[in-house]
Amino acid sequence: MCTLEKRGDLFLLTLTGDGEHRFHPDTIATILSLLEQAKSQSTRGSILITTANGKFFSNGFDLAWAQTAGSITGAANRLHQMVESLKPVVAALLDLPMPTIAALNGHAAAAGLMLALSHDYVFMRKDRGVLYMSEVDIGLSMPDYFSALVRAKIGTSAARRELLLSGKKIRGEEAVGLGIVDSAAYDSEEGVVQASVRLGEKLAAKKWSGEVYASIRKSLYPELCGILGLEARVFATPKL
Amino acid sequence: MCTLEKRGDLFLLTLTGEDEHRFHPDTIASVLSLLEQAKSQSTKGSVLITTGHGKFFSNGFDLAWAQSAGHGAIERMHQMVKSFKPVLAALLDLPMPTIAALNGHAAASGLMFALSHDYVFMRKDRGVLYMSEVDIGLPVPDYFSALVVAKVGSGIARRELLLSGKKLKGEEAVALGIVDSAAHDSAEGVVEATVSLGESLAAKKWNGEVYASIRKSLYPELCRMVNLTANNLATHNL
Repeated sequence: MCTLEKRGDLFLLTLTGDGEHRFHPDTIATILSLLEQAKSQSTRGSILITTANGKFFSNGFDLAWAQTAGSITGAANRLHQMVESLKPVVAALLDLPMPTIAALNGHAAAAGLMLALSHDYVFMRKDRGVLYMSEVDIGLSMPDYFSALVRAKIGTSAARRELLLSGKKIRGEEAVGLGIVDSAAYDSEEGVVQASVRLGEKLAAKKWSGEVYASIRKSLYPELCGILGLEARVFATPKL
Repeated sequence: MCTLEKRGDLFLLTLTGEDEHRFHPDTIASVLSLLEQAKSQSTKGSVLITTGHGKFFSNGFDLAWAQSAGHGAIERMHQMVKSFKPVLAALLDLPMPTIAALNGHAAASGLMFALSHDYVFMRKDRGVLYMSEVDIGLPVPDYFSALVVAKVGSGIARRELLLSGKKLKGEEAVALGIVDSAAHDSAEGVVEATVSLGESLAAKKWNGEVYASIRKSLYPELCRMVNLTANNLATHNL
């Protein structure tokens, strides 16, 4: 389902297997637990890189699991459960005491795209993979923290509209143009991961205090942090 | 330390001397007092241009002064962070357009000072923008982040500014939407460009109270954080 490896300063979180990496409550719980593990093992210079195997980074919540609840109310409850349980994952990423990089091997849709956007840097492929907020097409309303995340990370009205209100499947080049991802320069899964590792190593060499880094990060997103119940703590011993 | 001159409609605020123009409590108090002076003398068509001499616009708070207190260092840092807030507030509240003409490097609170102006011009050939906090291990004051969020639109640009430890040169600063222009290869060139802009804004003969009120309405969260309220009383040119 997902694994956490350590390679020097880099924590590599991988959604394993060739499926759609849909977020079922179990997947969500596993991711959360691995993020907590990375946090507890973090030191100066730690970096997180999140990636996946196969055609998908993640295609969002496990809607099939919701539907097997057997009734409309049951399905709505299960969906609500997944929406609520992903919130701590987004919070954990915003709170993580180290720079975070999402290396998109493939498609990222809905909650899967939100997971990617919760990282400080997002790299995707040039040749394959799209970003897709499917909610408007499926007829699902947007959880408040999803919209808050989009508002926090994406600057222009036009880009926010393209992401949330167009039903478009946005490819790498356009995603860069809209300011949604940092880079879409790679023609393979390996290329994206390598680029993330290079950036990760460069950032790791700064040997930043993770607590300070996380505190500055959170200060950029006060509204989102408020919705997630996160506070920016400012205890630090500066190198004056 | 700093001077205020009047040249026609233009108020010119200069951080004098060839040093780093670090913000010590005394500097901060002087800058605040000169801004209050400009405000009290303002008329329709007034414009403020802020610049510095030498290699630095400003390299931020006087950390050496903080360190010389030994155990009192954190206390002194807090004092500077707190006393700087009214300077930002005064700029946001100033009843005239404001232009920062960066002669050189602007770092940390020095960069925040620049960003508190309506327009920021920097040099193409020299000078960087640098938010040093992540490198030094200092958390960023909440009103600094609020200023960055207010003035810099893209998530990527905000991250590059606050979370990368990068020293941003003119061209990149323009591309990120942090400054308006980095087209000039000398400090004189930057100042001349800002004077030109200043004169064209002055010719509009705008009501400064209205200008300030519209400006503040763009940054409600920031204004709240620096204890400013937008007043919406004005007599229109209808």
